[in-house]
Amino acid sequence: MTYFSIFFNEIYKIIFLLLPILVSVALVVWLDRRVWALVQKRKGPNVVGPFGLLQTLADALKYMFKEIIIPSSANKIIFILAPIITLTLALIAWAVIPFSREMVLADINVGILYLFAMSSLSVYGIIMGGWASNSKYPFLGAIRSAAQMISYEVSIGIIIINVLLCVGSLNLNKIVMAQENVWFIFPLFPMFVIFFISSLAETNRPPFDLPEAESELVAGYQTEYSGMMYAMFWLGEYANILLLCSLGSILFLGGWLSPINIYPFNLLPGAFWMIFKIIGLFILFSLVKTIVPRYRFDQLMRLGWKIFLPLSLIWVILTASFLFFLDILPKV
Amino acid sequence: MKISRIFKTIFMADFTAGLIIAIKQIFKPKKTINYPFEKGKISPRFRGEHALRRYPNGEERCIACKLCEAVCPAQAITIESEIKADGGRKTTKYDIDMLKCIYCGLCEESCPVEAIVQGPNFEFATETREELYYDKKKLLANGDKWETALAENIKADAPFN
Repeated sequence: MTYFSIFFNEIYKIIFLLLPILVSVALVVWLDRRVWALVQKRKGPNVVGPFGLLQTLADALKYMFKEIIIPSSANKIIFILAPIITLTLALIAWAVIPFSREMVLADINVGILYLFAMSSLSVYGIIMGGWASNSKYPFLGAIRSAAQMISYEVSIGIIIINVLLCVGSLNLNKIVMAQENVWFIFPLFPMFVIFFISSLAETNRPPFDLPEAESELVAGYQTEYSGMMYAMFWLGEYANILLLCSLGSILFLGGWLSPINIYPFNLLPGAFWMIFKIIGLFILFSLVKTIVPRYRFDQLMRLGWKIFLPLSLIWVILTASFLFFLDILPKV
Repeated sequence: MKISRIFKTIFMADFTAGLIIAIKQIFKPKKTINYPFEKGKISPRFRGEHALRRYPNGEERCIACKLCEAVCPAQAITIESEIKADGGRKTTKYDIDMLKCIYCGLCEESCPVEAIVQGPNFEFATETREELYYDKKKLLANGDKWETALAENIKADAPFN
């Protein structure tokens, strides 16, 4: 009996995490399109629901009623598995994201490692989709995506080491708590910039949307997908973007801490500030999408391996020696 | 020169400038109109759906001279005519195949009595092709429906004819 109550309690918690995330993914797609439109002096989706908020829901409904086409030469099992894996991996990583001191599904001590592992695995969905389609454009897109995501994960990993040096714990809640006095964006500003650009590359957002460069590769790894399977890729992509936005706000912007610890601000719940910061970072993501042209592939690789990797390595050494010589290394 | 370039790269000056421009654009008035609810302004010379007009006393203007039929580059117009009891020529058949029509406005231009005109209406999409084979009845009905707008447009365009 107790076993069942624990089981249902966990299911209840998971559902209360997943539903808001899926809804916010839908809203964030709307926000993305809206910001994109506003910068181009258009109005963007504004018909379905108040301010067009239900536009994504209408799109999802449309995708649900569309036929799912599986190419005859495709590897059926992997073809169907790929979008499922993309969406699942994008969603399970949310388990460790703290929305406030208590609002976290799994407060594990290796939270950041888990998060990093899950976002690294998301490349598998794309590679599987591209390979199983058995068609040239998806294949090229998948190869590009694999190369790109692996290169930029290296620099993201080293940037995370920077933050961990200052915190001394892999627990995401402890990382947030360590920023009570000063957010890490101030001492580690160059790392924040590199992290932001790397997360653009990691999530295949413009200017690094080479895996789905529509002018070169039709739609990249998504070319052969249709209906709900396409929508799952698309949901997974946006869930991943939100995940990296929340990772950015936890590592550098103080997570669920209020910007200033004084009366009217610290009354608001931590979840409010967390969501506020995620949305702020996301708006920056979509603004970048509007203003920058796509990188060439060799430029992308050069930026990842020749600039970001050495720069973040040098910064690790700087941070470490700074902390060591001033004797302010965190006590573990 | 070169050092300034390096500084620009490190601090991403061009990117920041672009970002500021993008943020400025957000607050500027938008060019989009909410189409089905508000419509763009169209010129009095706009060449939309065809209409056959009548005189104020209800008599058809068309005198079956067949100039429009002759001038029509897409050969979309078919006219048959007869002589009425009062000696005037009137059409018995005036068909326009709206699918052939290229909306060039030559029929309107050639008409000596301003009978066939192209009105301001552009929302006459139909679900079947057959509905777009306009006959005389439909064209006259169009004329009656749009007469106010048509007369106004012709008046506005008159100084330039």
